[in-house]
Amino acid sequence: METIGSESVRSRRVGDTAVIYAGDYLNKLSGERVERECKRQLESGCRALVINFRDTELVNSIGVSILMGVIDAAEQSGARLIFSDVDNHTANLFEMLGLARHVTITKDEEEALASLASPRVTESRAVATGS
Amino acid sequence: MEPNTQRLLHTFAALADLGQEIADNADFEEMLRASFHLLLGSLAIRRGAVAEYDRERGQLRIAAMRGITESGQTELPLAHDHARRLASLGSALSFDDATKEAERFLGDQKEFFGSVEIELLVPLVIRERLIGVVLLGEKANGEKFNEGDLEIVCSLARHIAVGVHSHRLLEEVERKAEENRRLYDGLRAIYKETVHAFAAAIDIKDRYTNGHSVRVGKYSEIIAREMGWNDEEVEGITIAGYLHDIGKLIVDLSVINSPERFNAKESKEMSRHPAAGYEILARINHPYAEIPLMARYHHERIDGNGYPDGLKGDQIPPGAKIVTVADSFDAMTTDRPYRKRLPLEDVFVDFRANTGTQFAPEVICAFCRAFLREIEGTSKEKRLMKLLSRNYDNVEDVGPLLSRMISDLDGGTIAASASGH
Repeated sequence: METIGSESVRSRRVGDTAVIYAGDYLNKLSGERVERECKRQLESGCRALVINFRDTELVNSIGVSILMGVIDAAEQSGARLIFSDVDNHTANLFEMLGLARHVTITKDEEEALASLASPRVTESRAVATGS
Repeated sequence: MEPNTQRLLHTFAALADLGQEIADNADFEEMLRASFHLLLGSLAIRRGAVAEYDRERGQLRIAAMRGITESGQTELPLAHDHARRLASLGSALSFDDATKEAERFLGDQKEFFGSVEIELLVPLVIRERLIGVVLLGEKANGEKFNEGDLEIVCSLARHIAVGVHSHRLLEEVERKAEENRRLYDGLRAIYKETVHAFAAAIDIKDRYTNGHSVRVGKYSEIIAREMGWNDEEVEGITIAGYLHDIGKLIVDLSVINSPERFNAKESKEMSRHPAAGYEILARINHPYAEIPLMARYHHERIDGNGYPDGLKGDQIPPGAKIVTVADSFDAMTTDRPYRKRLPLEDVFVDFRANTGTQFAPEVICAFCRAFLREIEGTSKEKRLMKLLSRNYDNVEDVGPLLSRMISDLDGGTIAASASGH
C-alpha cells in the first residue's frame, strides 16, 4: 500500500524494501524530502531502497548531489539501492556523471523488486525472522 | 544527445541555478547550502565542504558539507599567513599534485579530515582577500579532476565567493545602520531630557504655575493626535508645548511671581516672552523645525488682536493655534494668585465664546472631541480626565456641553457667529 511518507513524499514498503517515489522535478526542496524519506526508511530498518523516477521530468545539479547523499546513506547502512523508471535523458546523465556505478538502474519498479529477491535479501530476511 | 553536449547543458544549468540562488535567496545559510549542492552535483562529487573564513578569529567555519569530516567538528584554525598565501594563489589546488600549499593545509588539518580523501582545495577570493574555501573529494565516476572540471569548479566557486562577499557587505551596512540608529536614538533621548530640564526650569521660576509647561505639552499632544497629526508631528508639538514659555526665563522674577494682576508695565514686560522664546529656540537645530514659531505665536489670536506680530487666521501656524488653546486651557483650570481656577463648564463656555476670535475652531473642536471620547469611554486612555481629576470632581458633567459645541462647530454655527461679532 502506498503511503505519504515524511513531508508529502510518497512511499510504500514491500517487506524490508522501501519504494520511494521521486517528484516531478528533483530540485532542492523535493530532493531534500526524498533524501529525508530515504534516511527515515533506512533508520526504520529497511535493507533496500527503490527510488522510482516515473514522474520525474528533470534532475538538476542539486538533485544529483542529493542522490549522492542517498547513495552514501545506503552504503553506510549496507542497504541496496535501485533507481527505477528512469527516462533515457536522466539515465544518460547518471551514466555520464558516474552515479550508475553506485546504483542499479532498472526498467521499472517490478523489475527492481524482482532483482531484490536475491539470496542476499532472502538471507537477511531469514536472519531477521529467526531473531 | 552527445555526452559532451549533455555535460555542457548540465553545467550551464548548474551555473544558471547558482546565479538564481545567489540573487534570489534571502537566507544566506540556505543560499550557501544550495550553492554547495549545485557545485557537488555539477560534477557528481561525492564529498566536499564549503567554509567561510573568519579573519578576526583566524578560522574556517564549515557552512555546508557532505562526508568531509569524521570528527563532527565544524571549525578549523587557519593562520593568517596561510590564509594570505591561499588568497594569493587564487586557483584550485590539487592535493593529487601535492602542491606545497595543499600539502601544508592538509597537514595542518589531519585530525579534521581523518581518513577522508580530499582532492581539491578551491580558495574563495575577493579583492585579494580569502573569504572562504571549498574542499572537494572524489567524483562519483572515480576519475580524477581534469582541466575542464577545474574550469567548472573555479567558475562556480567564483560565483559562491561573490555571494558570500555580497552577504558580508550587506551585513556590514546593516550593522552600521543599526549603530547609527542607536546613536540617533541616544541623541533624541538627550534632546528630550534637555527639553524636560528646560520645562522644569521654566516652571520653577514661576511658582504659581508649577507644572504648566509639561501640562501644555500634554494637552497639545492630545489635540494634535485628535487632529490626525502623525507621530513625528505630535512629538514636535509636545516639545513645543514644553518650551512655549521658555522666553519667561528673561522676564523679571518679580513680575512673573506678582501676586496681583499685571499692571500695564508688567504686562508689557510679560508680553516680551513669546518673541524672546523664539530668539532662544531659533538658535537650536530642532528635529522639528516649527518649534520656535510655535513659541513665538502662542499669544496670537485668529482676529489679529494678539501679540507679538498681530497675525490673523491662517497666518498663524497650525501648531501655534494648538499651543494657544492648550495654554489657555491650563491657565483657566489652575489656580493663580489673583484668582481661583474656573469651573470646568465655564472654561468651555469661554472657549465657545472666543472661538473664531481668539481660538481656531478646528482646534477647539478637536479638543472637545478628544475630551468627549474620554468621557464616553470610547478612547483607550483617559489622559485629560486624569490631568483634570486633581482639580475637579465629576469632570464628565461637561459631556453634554461638549456634544453641543462639537455639533455647532461641525455645522459652522460657532465660528460663523463669532466672525459676525
